[in-house]
Amino acid sequence: MVSSTTGFSSYFHFSQVNWPSMWSATVETIWMTIFSLVLVGILGILLGLLLFETTGSTNFWARLVHWVTALFVNVFRSVPFIILIVLLLPLTKNLVGTIIGPKAALPSLIISAAPFYARMVELAFHEIDHGVIEAAEAMGATRWQIIYKVLLPESSPALVSGITVTGISLIGFTAMAGVIGAGGLGNLAYLDGFQASNNTVTLVATIIILIVVFIFQTLGDLIVDKLDKRVAN
Amino acid sequence: MIEIKDVSKLYPGKQKTITAVKDVNLTINDGEIYGIVGYSGAGKSTLVRMFNGLETPTSGVVTINGTVMSELKGKPLREARQKMGMIFQYFNLLWSRTVLENVTFPLELIGMDKAERIAKATKLIDTVGLQGRENAYPSELSGGQQQRVAIARALANDPQLLLSDEATSGLDPKTTDEVLELLLKINRELKITIIVITHEMHVIRKICDRMAVMDEGAVVEEGNVFDIFRHPKMEITRQFVSEEETPQLNDTTVVINELLAQVPTGKIVKLTFHGDQAKLPIISEMLRQFPNVDLNIVDGSIHQTQEGSIGTLYLQLLGDDDEIAGATDYLHKMRVGTEVIRGE
Ligand SMILES: Nc1ncnc2c1ncn2[C@@H]1O[C@H](COP(=O)(O)OP(=O)(O)OP(=O)(O)O)[C@@H](O)[C@H]1O
Ligand SMILES: [Mg+2]
Repeated sequence: MVSSTTGFSSYFHFSQVNWPSMWSATVETIWMTIFSLVLVGILGILLGLLLFETTGSTNFWARLVHWVTALFVNVFRSVPFIILIVLLLPLTKNLVGTIIGPKAALPSLIISAAPFYARMVELAFHEIDHGVIEAAEAMGATRWQIIYKVLLPESSPALVSGITVTGISLIGFTAMAGVIGAGGLGNLAYLDGFQASNNTVTLVATIIILIVVFIFQTLGDLIVDKLDKRVAN
Repeated sequence: MIEIKDVSKLYPGKQKTITAVKDVNLTINDGEIYGIVGYSGAGKSTLVRMFNGLETPTSGVVTINGTVMSELKGKPLREARQKMGMIFQYFNLLWSRTVLENVTFPLELIGMDKAERIAKATKLIDTVGLQGRENAYPSELSGGQQQRVAIARALANDPQLLLSDEATSGLDPKTTDEVLELLLKINRELKITIIVITHEMHVIRKICDRMAVMDEGAVVEEGNVFDIFRHPKMEITRQFVSEEETPQLNDTTVVINELLAQVPTGKIVKLTFHGDQAKLPIISEMLRQFPNVDLNIVDGSIHQTQEGSIGTLYLQLLGDDDEIAGATDYLHKMRVGTEVIRGE
């Protein structure tokens, strides 16, 4: 079968799409995103908390911790993702035993997204009215009680909208990681789409990614709406 | 009993050190409502925050029921704080929690079991008059209602002491009075000592037994509320008292000016009556003794304080100079505060 590989009509040769592999690539993308997002969420909240709690301290050790954490966060937030993957290849090989496939993408996905989310977490905590924290202190709350009874619940809408934004950029990252062999829709679009000059595959992969992003965003917005009790509804 | 002894608080800054509180000595008795008044920046909040250890004094000691607050750290400090309630100007409620959950918050902190803390919180919500709103969120309540939730929350741990830092400053006059009534009721029924910080004399007059006036970190005048209203010693206290006596000062000035324009003769005096004097027929007696004096009432008001009433009366006196002088002497003799607003 001969079909054109250029021109507008090249996008609509659906018979050339291998649907089972499209489906498994979609599952891989979602799996990579969700798995790394869970770890990014946990790591980001821990780092954000560390940054928040050590802000403005006069204690030497607290300042040291703040400085080291801030350095880590700023450095890894600034390195472009595609460079980070390459940079972390040796580490990845040690950690997951391979540099190919969806698992291989995880270390770089997490290390680049966690600092991004940590900053959002820190900001979310800073946005809590200081008076509320002080009221809890005046009631005799421990630092730990303030963290899980005040900081986390009071910033929950911001934490969730932050994780939504992070999740969406993670979907983008997985596609990039796919190009250098991490599997998923990005990988499929690159190998079966671009390299095989099959524009339809690229288009379908793009549309699926858009749908996944859209679902993510909608879900995130819904949860934020449900959590946010600041405006009467 | 609360004893504040030689307490100072300095905040070292880059340019200069700020003395927020300066050599304060106070004794506050159990069960009283104690008012601290002062303008913005006088150091009121800083002083009261040393009561529950949110700040530590640079020098001096704060002793509450025999415990030196600044010596407490960690667990003992938290336990001491659990025996004190605090309310704030901006309520500081947790918006992510319902009314009920806000009130159970301090009980969760001490690990009270769920059924017990809900029962207790429900009772307190009743006490502050919010029954039926247990499941509302703070954003669905008015300012006055939010402050009631904050009061219920502050009472949850059965405190011996309630600290109120400008708790009515964000409320309208009617809501302010309702919240003050509530504080008075709490003081009477639960025998809780209350420290009230404010910049409004109205608040002091309405509920406080004793008071201190703060200026630039120092307590410049202290004592019984009624005595201070009657004989303010310091200029700043006089300012606070007169603000309160003549809430419609501007209206009165307008009335006086109109009167003077119409009848460009006579003298305007402001009379202040205290307690029992307000019940005596002083003015009619004055007119009987000096029948050639005519008078016009320009403005008048009576305020209730915890210990009695204070009346203010603006009069225009017309007639013979000697007669008028005799009349004002008579008022002086009867110990009525007499102040000449506009001479002849
Ligand atoms: N943490 C701080 N660091 C530096 N200066 C402070 C701090 N807290 C208070 N001050 C200063 O101490 C002084 C007294 O402040 P404070 O808040 O006690 O006044 P206040 O009487 O409560 O005023 P207001 O009626 O505005 O609440 C002010 O000059 C203030 O700027
Ligand atoms: Mg203040």
